[in-house]
Amino acid sequence: MLSDKDRIFTNIYGVHDWRLAGARARGAWDNTKAILDKGVDWIIDEMKKSGLRGRGGAGFPTGMKWSFMPKEVKDRPHYLVVNADESEPGTCKDRDIMRHDPHLLIEGCLVAGFAMRAHAGYIYVRGEFYNEAQHLIAAIKEAYDAGLLGKNACGSGWDFDLYVHRGAGAYICGEETALLESLEGKKGMPRLKPPFPAGAGLYGCPTTVNNVESIAVAPTILRRGAAWFAGIGRPNNTGTKLFCISGHVNRPCNVEEEMGIPLRELIERHCGGVRGGWDNLLAVIPGGASVPLLPKSICDNQLMDFDSLRDQKSGLGTAAVIVMDKSTDVVKAIARLSYFYKHESCGQCTPCREGTGWMWRVMERMVTGNARIEEIDALEDVTKQVEGHTICALGDAAAWPIQGLIRHFRPEMERRIRARTEKLAAE
Amino acid sequence: MAMITADPKDVPQVAHFSFTPEYMAKVEEQIAHYPPGRQASAVIAVLDLAQRQHGWLPRAAMNEVARILDMAPIRVYEVATFYTMFQLRPKGKYLLQVCTTTPCWLRGSDAVMKACQHAADGELFSVQEVECLGGCVNAPVVQINDDFYEDLDEASMNKVLDAFRRGETPKPGPQVDRQTSAPEGGLTTLKGE
Repeated sequence: MLSDKDRIFTNIYGVHDWRLAGARARGAWDNTKAILDKGVDWIIDEMKKSGLRGRGGAGFPTGMKWSFMPKEVKDRPHYLVVNADESEPGTCKDRDIMRHDPHLLIEGCLVAGFAMRAHAGYIYVRGEFYNEAQHLIAAIKEAYDAGLLGKNACGSGWDFDLYVHRGAGAYICGEETALLESLEGKKGMPRLKPPFPAGAGLYGCPTTVNNVESIAVAPTILRRGAAWFAGIGRPNNTGTKLFCISGHVNRPCNVEEEMGIPLRELIERHCGGVRGGWDNLLAVIPGGASVPLLPKSICDNQLMDFDSLRDQKSGLGTAAVIVMDKSTDVVKAIARLSYFYKHESCGQCTPCREGTGWMWRVMERMVTGNARIEEIDALEDVTKQVEGHTICALGDAAAWPIQGLIRHFRPEMERRIRARTEKLAAE
Repeated sequence: MAMITADPKDVPQVAHFSFTPEYMAKVEEQIAHYPPGRQASAVIAVLDLAQRQHGWLPRAAMNEVARILDMAPIRVYEVATFYTMFQLRPKGKYLLQVCTTTPCWLRGSDAVMKACQHAADGELFSVQEVECLGGCVNAPVVQINDDFYEDLDEASMNKVLDAFRRGETPKPGPQVDRQTSAPEGGLTTLKGE
């Protein structure tokens, strides 16, 4: 188990003061100038060595992402954009960073902005997080007043401005190019890539979009050293991670743990176990709504990191662990996610716009067994036609939960269809 | 995606909308966050301010936002109809946004929804089903205006609604004995200090 001295988010539950004085007492903003003085190349190299992989779901190496920004600022300014549009069902970790430890994020923005030669950053906060945005705005003001942001931030000689931009309710804005469209004042419809944001992002300028958690851990990594962070977890899956455990556990919670912690240990140590005991477990969605679920047999020995979960054809995603016990109507649980994706499709690409609605309607029939057995194959076939055929990954995200259900619970789906057919024949 | 129109036929529109001086100062503050010529970036913030001032977003407010930001009105209508937080028809004093996505549903959002639907009268309370609010470890969650009410069941939901009926503002956050997103019953980490 991770020890408290290796935890980055020491006020994740808001027990202590979230303001500047409290954050400083916990070690934030401690000689940030010294970090910046070491220069862009050192920062990016250290981030690469730490092995940090993006905490927003895709797991792309953060240091490498920063290195994609142009080496010189030419006619177009550079921008840092932080993705705080946390909307993946099951996920509520960035919310806690913003409301309880906002200065970790703000200091991270300065460091990351400096490393990508940006003089301005925007934090795109989902609109529903009104109170969280207010904490962030107040904390940014404190940082300006203390000379930590703005002209000659922290006495480093670097000017850096930071703004909070609130959204207004759209899951799709968590997709980085949709987020940029939204930030420019448009509907959140994803852009075709290339060009990638590092070449042409916000206002057509070089831009890097990072998740809140990826940015917020950066100052601690740079202060304590890449070797410290890389020494936690497993190779290629390093560091600490905020897990959000929801659903049928005795005590749902957020907790910062070591990457690669066994799923069972995570649930039993921090959440008081599965409701009714481990043997009452039916399935777990290990990384937020868009990753395929895992049945208990896999959960028994599952490690919680990017590569271990990929090996089981699922994913770590945002590390949002949704637990379902044996009382769960698992088909209905996934059908509700299908409705979510239908609701949140931006409508730009035909396979997603039409496919999410079609998949949801079929899933609703699967819940009651009002289908033919062959339709399970048809459903799976449609998920494959949506997956990979859209501009952004929402189409994939809508397909994967259904594919996971069919992979692991096909007998249950067939049982419902047979039961209904037999019942109708008997009447 | 849902089909939404910028001025629903059954909604009484208003002839004129303008920002009060107090709200106009906030509008200008928002516009100043973006580079010159990029004032359209403020459209969500300015629509939100219009909604806060008026209670909901009539077409006249969208037109005024378009004028202030020098945008074609259709671009503003597109934004107002795309994002779910913009209310294009009048609402009750308290908007009950009940999350029913899987993590909330697993922990009993059906019963919470029932309590809210029962209370909805269109004047004090309006109710709306919403997708994941991002408070999943405190499920079920209901957003009431700007605040999240968490760890609800039918009884605690009714208690919250009763408090609003009495003109009080019940304390947001977990409705059980619990420190924000920490495990109920005591911390498993960060016990020192």
